[in-house]
Amino acid sequence: MYNFTFHRPTTVRQAAGLLARNPDGKLLAGGHSLLPVMKQRLAQPSALVDLSLVEGMTGVELKGRSVVIGAMTRHADVAKSDVLKEVMPGLAAVPGSVGDPQVRNRGTIGGSIANNDPNADYPAACLGLGATIITNKRRIAADDFFQGMYTTALEDGEIIVKVSFPIAKKAAYEKFKHPASGFALVGVFVSKRGSDIRVAVTGAGSEGVFRVPTFEEALKKRFTAKSIEGMTIPATGMNSDIHASPEYRAHLVSVLTKRALNKANA
Amino acid sequence: MSANGIGAPVRRKEDFRFITGQGQYTDDVVRPGETRAVFVRSPHAHAKIKSIDVSAARTMPGVIDVLTGAQLAGDKIGNLICGWMIHSKDGSPMKMSAHPALAAGKVNCVGDAVAVVIAESQAQGRDAAEKVKVDYEVLPAVVDPAKAQAKGAPQIHPDIPNNTIYQWHLGDQAAVKAAFDAASHVTTLDIINNRLVPNAMEPRAALAEYDAGTDNLTLWNTSQNPHVARLVISAFVGITPEHKLRVIAPDVGGGFGSKIFIYPEEVVCLWAARKVKRPVKWTADRSEAFLTDAHGRDHVTRAELALDASGKILALRAKTIANLGAYMSTFSSSVPTYLYATLLSGQYAIPSIYCEVDAVYTNTAPVDAYRGAGRPEATFVVERLIEVAARQMDLEPPELRRRNFIKNFPHQTPVIMAYDAGDYNASMKKAMEIADVKGFAKRKREAARNGKLRGLGYSTYIEACGIAPSQAVGSLGAGVGLWESAEVRVNPTGSVEILTGSHSHGQGHETTFAQLVSERLGIPFDSVSIVHGDTDKVQFGMGTYGSRSGAVGMSAIVKALDKIEAKAKKVAAFMMEAAEGDIEFKDGKFTVAGTDKSAAFGDVALNAYIAHKFTGAELEPGLKETSFYDPTNFTFPAGCHICELDIDIETGKVDIVNWTAVDDFGTVINPMIVEGQVHGGIAQGVGQALMEGAVYDQAGQLVTGSFMDYSMPHAHDLPSFHVGTTETKAPSNPLGMKGCGEAGAIASPAAVINAITDAIGSEDIAMPATANAVWSALQRAKAPKAA
Amino acid sequence: MATVSMTVNGKAVTGDVEPRTLLVQFLRENLRLTGTHVGCDTSQCGACVIHLDGIAAKACTTLALQCEGASITTIEGLAEPDGKLHPMQEAFREHHGLQCGYCTPGMIMSALDIVRRNGNNLDEHTIRDQLDGNICRCTGYHNIVKAIEAGAKAMAK
Repeated sequence: MYNFTFHRPTTVRQAAGLLARNPDGKLLAGGHSLLPVMKQRLAQPSALVDLSLVEGMTGVELKGRSVVIGAMTRHADVAKSDVLKEVMPGLAAVPGSVGDPQVRNRGTIGGSIANNDPNADYPAACLGLGATIITNKRRIAADDFFQGMYTTALEDGEIIVKVSFPIAKKAAYEKFKHPASGFALVGVFVSKRGSDIRVAVTGAGSEGVFRVPTFEEALKKRFTAKSIEGMTIPATGMNSDIHASPEYRAHLVSVLTKRALNKANA
Repeated sequence: MSANGIGAPVRRKEDFRFITGQGQYTDDVVRPGETRAVFVRSPHAHAKIKSIDVSAARTMPGVIDVLTGAQLAGDKIGNLICGWMIHSKDGSPMKMSAHPALAAGKVNCVGDAVAVVIAESQAQGRDAAEKVKVDYEVLPAVVDPAKAQAKGAPQIHPDIPNNTIYQWHLGDQAAVKAAFDAASHVTTLDIINNRLVPNAMEPRAALAEYDAGTDNLTLWNTSQNPHVARLVISAFVGITPEHKLRVIAPDVGGGFGSKIFIYPEEVVCLWAARKVKRPVKWTADRSEAFLTDAHGRDHVTRAELALDASGKILALRAKTIANLGAYMSTFSSSVPTYLYATLLSGQYAIPSIYCEVDAVYTNTAPVDAYRGAGRPEATFVVERLIEVAARQMDLEPPELRRRNFIKNFPHQTPVIMAYDAGDYNASMKKAMEIADVKGFAKRKREAARNGKLRGLGYSTYIEACGIAPSQAVGSLGAGVGLWESAEVRVNPTGSVEILTGSHSHGQGHETTFAQLVSERLGIPFDSVSIVHGDTDKVQFGMGTYGSRSGAVGMSAIVKALDKIEAKAKKVAAFMMEAAEGDIEFKDGKFTVAGTDKSAAFGDVALNAYIAHKFTGAELEPGLKETSFYDPTNFTFPAGCHICELDIDIETGKVDIVNWTAVDDFGTVINPMIVEGQVHGGIAQGVGQALMEGAVYDQAGQLVTGSFMDYSMPHAHDLPSFHVGTTETKAPSNPLGMKGCGEAGAIASPAAVINAITDAIGSEDIAMPATANAVWSALQRAKAPKAA
Repeated sequence: MATVSMTVNGKAVTGDVEPRTLLVQFLRENLRLTGTHVGCDTSQCGACVIHLDGIAAKACTTLALQCEGASITTIEGLAEPDGKLHPMQEAFREHHGLQCGYCTPGMIMSALDIVRRNGNNLDEHTIRDQLDGNICRCTGYHNIVKAIEAGAKAMAK
């Protein structure tokens, strides 16, 4: 790791101030994406602003017809939240599938979303539920937030404070785990909230998380696996690497969507 | 059987320190004034070094020195060597390139070290290493062994044409051809034995200390054989004379072969420690380990089996290209030759075998022995061939095996080995019972109802362990003897220290060796200590690899214990004023035949040292004996593994639902430890079959360079295993032991692939059979065949 | 350099570290608690698992400065002061849940976290699933699974 200065603010305002004074600085949430990259010397932030002592950034709360999760809430805490398991177990399953238990003990929803790793699980849930990302400056719809791999709508000095998920009656996540990294080789989040039907895919696309309009359209008639039987998505634009071909990833998108639908309807 | 004797599942002595965090691995050793070495490594697979500028690095904080390959050469530090001479079929010796510990003119693989920074801390060393400016002229690279010999392929070592190290063969080519010409059935397979990264959990490390007062050097390193390391580093690399170098391999966190070899980093740490006059430590991080540890396997093979109409095997033929990487590692040449082709007879009576092996250089990390070393490659060839032949001939795979099993011993194969004992049908029969093969058809139907394809695969493997005798291996090209030493020191109080040349890095020698001694001398298990891994304590030894520590290392202890008993009887005779011939020794007691006189082992030990009952002219005081034991033959562990698995038709994901292993290891000292060795071997073999594969891109970059990309089995990738044994004693050593460390890794890849191909009804799948690969194979099998 | 203070195995400790110092370096190099190991550099292998305020964490992916004021337990802190082993340590020995010993401290610390999260009655599937963050290259996991199942039960006594 290159050296850096280390800061531990206790308010969002202080954190924003520190970022403003350290333009090459980075926020440190759970650290499980950032620190490994820094250890490999692939990132060289001049300062780390640790958010762990900032008040009011953790917890899972029911607010009207939404579930609001503090950005610094760790995956393990989201996964075991009774509130969430009650109203939307399909979302609770997402942090429960991230990485491994120790990663879930430390990693946070805010960190995961801000990083927008193309194989991360939470981006699929955000896009698949039409979540709203709430920062210290504004509210950003998930459809506008994720802008390609490792790229988001976040501006300099902007800090994710919370994420608000509308409660969908039917929602489920199905993931094909990468055997080495634990990330999603392909992950599909499906949801139905009234007439809003979403199918969001992570891991497969070369530009990061994306929706599948053809599937969503077909599911409008009936939200069941049968409705997309025989449907495929093109392999163009799928990731290609030693772990999976574009064709296989495209195929998995169909398979996992159907499995997620079965789960959501169970 | 006593509670702690031979055959008892004694809990391990070594565990206390490991479960309490008190193990002492190399990186845990700290010496006063210690510095850290950080290597500057080539980012290119193949390049000329035009210049190296270390001036900026030298001025960085905490930097003590920056050393380059030119300085190493200037100091006349010699090359690393491969210690097994192979001759090509034309009689010419293998072509070994220079392998300096720091590259000077040219780099030949990514990770080749070109300079080293010695700094106060590792972080400072890394900061400085980035400031070393190396000007490279990048050259085209070749990574695929099948392309290394092609016309126009990049030439890696200027003096070695076509990147060809040797073109070796074994067997009777004409007889094999005649048999194939007469055969009624021929099975042909193209096989790639995938390249693996051993990945012992403890990364390699070295700590070198120089004592200017005595001019002595000490090296702590992660070694499976510290004496061989000392020999090579002194005699060939020329760091310092052998008697001025002490090598200590303390607790070592797994090896699997990768820690047998002598590596550049330990040479450089020793050289640098003398230069900077402070201890120098290097500990690999995992990324560095991926690039620099010797990899395993990497064969491209065409294999053919000839059978008559009744299913009797007539001949086997194999042509293999073996990738040895950028340099020849310490024992690399032996792996695809004498550890491979000699096992191509498997468990079968095969009249003629012919094998050709071309070993080639590529711009990749060196390849050498990895758990099984040559024998997994051979087993995969033989066991895939016989399974496919059975299917093609419409025979049950066990039936074809049964028809060809060797039943009479000794059996001379056409490829050097003389099998001395075994009962191959017994282990297959027992395995089939445990695996409930009879119920398989029903289970397959049930699986199908759940959208799963179920398959069953066999592997009836044989291996050769305890490579020996020395004279024989010497005649095959080995540069060393493959005996083992043991020294038994009986203390005046009757406790015993065993100094062994074997090295334990997970095998539990402190326990099993003590079990042997406790039973043999009739003394408490806790009165025995095992000393290993230090060249200042143990005079010489050959280390631990090739499943040799039981059959060879323990046999040496037996021989030394025989001498102890003989000497102790003399002492007892003086003590009890009896004739030496009348002294009997049993259960830790010396008695005089026909009398009630007796002396406990401890009393005799004390008398040996106080020496009051005899004169120096009559008997030397003391009780300490040494043996160098050289076996009369290899040992031949064998057995049957059966893999039952499910394939998710939609995703191609393989789920192993049942694993049965029945092995014949001869005498088992500690069944708990032996089972553990089998479990671990199976896991690595399943890893090879389903998950693992080192992949280089065409530019020579290692794509699978971390645990993020190189898949290895996790707990949820494996089932619990059903492990059983059968027993035929090895006649070549006093304990009848055969060796168990590698069996699982040797047997299992073929069992997995045989099960997958059984499930999908197609032989068209390569290792690793990832979900994607299996799914693709299913698509190909479904697709209409092109006209 | 910055000063960091925390409680390690029940003892208050303080040290001067660079901000880039990882917790595992602080434990191994400053405190000489070398039972916590480093087996990878990508947070996969779990050899470095310790408990941070009672919860399993990878010490290779945690900065020492992030642990200011925290309570850390390492493998060295599990046995009782009189040397009596923790039931989970005992179970690993009894069931031969280790060979080379390198992954073992992380395995034991992770096993305790599995018990914390899932209770004392663990089935094989749960154990295997929850060991996802730990790699062992020696045992094939067979005996580790048995050890954790037995250790978890013994802890309830």
